[in-house]
Amino acid sequence: MAGTKTTTGAPTEVTQKHNKGGIGESTLRPDGTLKVTGEFAYSSDMWHEDMLWGQTLRSTVAHAEIVSIDTVEALKTPGVYAVLTYDDLPAEMKNYGLEIQDTPVLAHGKVRHHGEPVALVAADHPETARRAAAKIVVEYRELPVITDEASATAPDAVLVHEGRSDEYIEHVPHPNIVHNQPIIRGNAEEAAKKADFIVKGEYTFGMQDQAFLGPESGLAVPSEDGGVDLYVATQWLHSDLEQIAPVLGLPEEKVRMTLSGVGGAFGGREDISMQIHACLLALRTGKPVKIVYNRFESFFGHVHRHPAKLYYEHGATKDGKLTHMKCKIVLDGGAYASASPAVVGNASSLSVGPYAIEDVDIEAIALYSNNPPCGAMRGFGAVQACFAYEAQMDKLADKVGMDRVEFRQLNAMSQGTLLPTGQPVDSPAPVAEILRRVKARPMPPERQWESSEGADVRALPGGLSNTTHGEGVVRGVGYAVGIKNVGFSEGFDDYSTAKVRMEVINGEPVATVHTAMAEVGQGGITVHAQIARTELGVQQVTIHPADTQVGSAGSTSASRQTYVTGGAVKNSCELVREKVLEIGRRKYGSYHPAWATAELLLEGGKVVTDGGEALADLAELLEGESVEVEAEWRHRPTVAFDKKTGQGNGHVQYSFAAHRAVVEVDTELGLVKVIELATAQDVGKALNPLSVVGQIQGGTTQGLGVAVMEEIIVDPKTAKVRNPSFTDYLIPTILDTPTIPVDVLELADPNAPYGLRGMGEAPTLSSTPAVLAAIRNATGLELNRTPVRPEHLTGT
Amino acid sequence: MRVNFTVNGRQQEADDVWEGESLLYVLRERMGLPGSKNACEQGECGSCTVRLDGVPVCSCLVAAGQVQGREVVTVEGLADYAKHREDSHPGGACGSVCGGTSLQEARQWQAKGTDGQTGEGGELSPIQQAFIDAGAVQCGFCTPGLLVAADELLERNDSPSDADIREALSGNLCRCTGYEKILDAVRLAAARQEETV
Repeated sequence: MAGTKTTTGAPTEVTQKHNKGGIGESTLRPDGTLKVTGEFAYSSDMWHEDMLWGQTLRSTVAHAEIVSIDTVEALKTPGVYAVLTYDDLPAEMKNYGLEIQDTPVLAHGKVRHHGEPVALVAADHPETARRAAAKIVVEYRELPVITDEASATAPDAVLVHEGRSDEYIEHVPHPNIVHNQPIIRGNAEEAAKKADFIVKGEYTFGMQDQAFLGPESGLAVPSEDGGVDLYVATQWLHSDLEQIAPVLGLPEEKVRMTLSGVGGAFGGREDISMQIHACLLALRTGKPVKIVYNRFESFFGHVHRHPAKLYYEHGATKDGKLTHMKCKIVLDGGAYASASPAVVGNASSLSVGPYAIEDVDIEAIALYSNNPPCGAMRGFGAVQACFAYEAQMDKLADKVGMDRVEFRQLNAMSQGTLLPTGQPVDSPAPVAEILRRVKARPMPPERQWESSEGADVRALPGGLSNTTHGEGVVRGVGYAVGIKNVGFSEGFDDYSTAKVRMEVINGEPVATVHTAMAEVGQGGITVHAQIARTELGVQQVTIHPADTQVGSAGSTSASRQTYVTGGAVKNSCELVREKVLEIGRRKYGSYHPAWATAELLLEGGKVVTDGGEALADLAELLEGESVEVEAEWRHRPTVAFDKKTGQGNGHVQYSFAAHRAVVEVDTELGLVKVIELATAQDVGKALNPLSVVGQIQGGTTQGLGVAVMEEIIVDPKTAKVRNPSFTDYLIPTILDTPTIPVDVLELADPNAPYGLRGMGEAPTLSSTPAVLAAIRNATGLELNRTPVRPEHLTGT
Repeated sequence: MRVNFTVNGRQQEADDVWEGESLLYVLRERMGLPGSKNACEQGECGSCTVRLDGVPVCSCLVAAGQVQGREVVTVEGLADYAKHREDSHPGGACGSVCGGTSLQEARQWQAKGTDGQTGEGGELSPIQQAFIDAGAVQCGFCTPGLLVAADELLERNDSPSDADIREALSGNLCRCTGYEKILDAVRLAAARQEETV
């Protein structure tokens, strides 16, 4: 073969030169050039001389005992190097998990959901591996499936996990409940007596998928010391490491992890997927092993957003003041716990939304079932609640006879309002203001499809399908607002680490930033370079590849990375600056009194006084010396919620977003066209305005997706997934996505670095209920379920 | 089987290709050109879009044997392809009337561009530069396919309307951006093209 085969190895360092790019500027991505030329090495692009391909065999049934597994024929297949089952696991520890170690590396004795990994194959061609896996014969004895709250909590229900010994089992009302969190504040029963209007509602939220485009993939390379080097796309290297090393029977230092290019994440890479499997195959065969899921397998390879049932009751006086709220939120966590306990904490504590209500009675639970496992996805428990409480607000406003936005504004929380957990919101909470902004925006013109030549069908519901020329098309407008916590809550030690070095290279002062932060597309590396420039006054910043050779950065999730790892980079830069100034004082202190007396800054490659006088060039000052600091950084501590009352200062920070949706609905065919999704969000401080707007638009679109199309459909009788493909699981295309004008507010949080507010998730909350409200407004239908499908609109 | 074809202007030969192998697999795993992405491998997402004799196709749906004797352009060859187009047919398919952008001119945009350039420079096609400048790249996994599709759109239509852009890119999924900045990027590339007429 004459083709040029290039080795795609470890991710390259990215360096930005000649760029002012401090914080607050729309600096461009340092990896942008690599990504537009196709040179950026994503995890599925990894390649190694003599590598093998790994393949997973997954269960074809949802709940069954495994009677036998026959691997003989698979092993005989030419080109196959290894076939592994549960019996081949090398260590005593055979499970992993984010919070509860209940997930088997390979099924032992039982499978608990459709698509659970049962066996592994390594072969010299991916097709060989697939064919060999198909030759493995597994005999199942099927068990009844648990698919909802009723079947999970029935007195004689089969237990999904027998003999639980995790920390939650003491408090849950049934062993098929992973975790429950009640929150009681005030007296909802008493307060309800003051209500002139009471509104009850029952809502259903479908199972959404993160549907990141880059499939789960990575390359494991066995090393001479008996360890393994793993190049993988993940959201949290150190969390993976903690789960991988024990099941490999290796100390953590023998499992070296490097982040390879990540093609999106959205929570779907918080859990382990192929990491352990690739390492097992590499250690068994002594050869590098690459695993790349195809799209079908990807739907089984990661957890999804919890589908939910939500039961709400709100009361209001005739003046429009909310009196009380009662709710029960039932989240289906599926077969394994994943992040379910934390999702329960978020859903319960944020179930009231951004409103001031003193008397509440709340409970959120997550079930164990035989449905696909669910865990983290952008918005994390707050999304489902927002869908329900915003529908309630509209119903209640209508009962009171108030404008829906004014009703929300009247009841909006503000700085100082207590959450149902009793925690005060101690930073700006511009809920009424962001609602005002989306409402004040000019409306998009009516009937944009009409022109002198007739209808432009491209602008109509159904688009080029030519389903309508506007006959049955009606317009609707809807509003919604939401609150999301930032960072890990409930007493979690949510720290991050950054190593920053400053030295002179080719006569120029250069800063290198090394963290284990997963850049999943959010732009963290851009922001880190901006912070280093701002704090250290250098132009050139090198971002070292993320790996486990530096301390943990925590997860790229919960809107926390810019806050926490950004805070760690800032902190480390400040410590580097102190050391640089010490060198300056030592070298030049005797020449100018300002070294001892003035406040000194690093700016434009120089040491300057706060009066602007330049004292030294950094390049000269640092010649022959380098300064390096590795330091951790923590935000304010939080505490666990009380198990019975839910009280406690469990959250760090909040972010707020509001949406106004304008939709047009073809009432004959039940097709929806979203015309515009205007949004306003407070981000505290926009460190990179271009990235901030991109995040808000992307999050808004994911909310739009679950409003009108996205749902993993699980057969209620068999718990099998019906639509694991991009043919059948639909995500919005550019034709489904409307204009998304974004209004960014910057009300600084005095407790956060630069005043910033974690902002990646909030836009995903309110866009779904805004679209639903708009569709209700257009059609007059109640629509208590998302996604809305054509049959819900046409009654068919 | 053996397959002979041209990739990004260079003659290539692949041996021992399985009948079932896709063009995408051959490009990524045999040619060492991983720029075309493997997001769904069923023709739904457009991440693996390449030009086959000038026509945008999902390379995951093209059997490797089908490209025998034909010309393939991937994202890795996009800058060269754009340069060649400008050199030989200024203004692309629309002829000299609607103009076009030479690489020299593209460099001039870089010089007077926004407040910063990324990386070490290098030669980018106008649409590649516009994607960077407009913030249309987040995780970037969809980017190669979108670039190939958008470049082809601008070749045949130098001032596309928003509806034209949406139609042309409707086969390319993006999960990160919400598409607004992708629209911005295509508009930007088209506007820069116009400026230089």
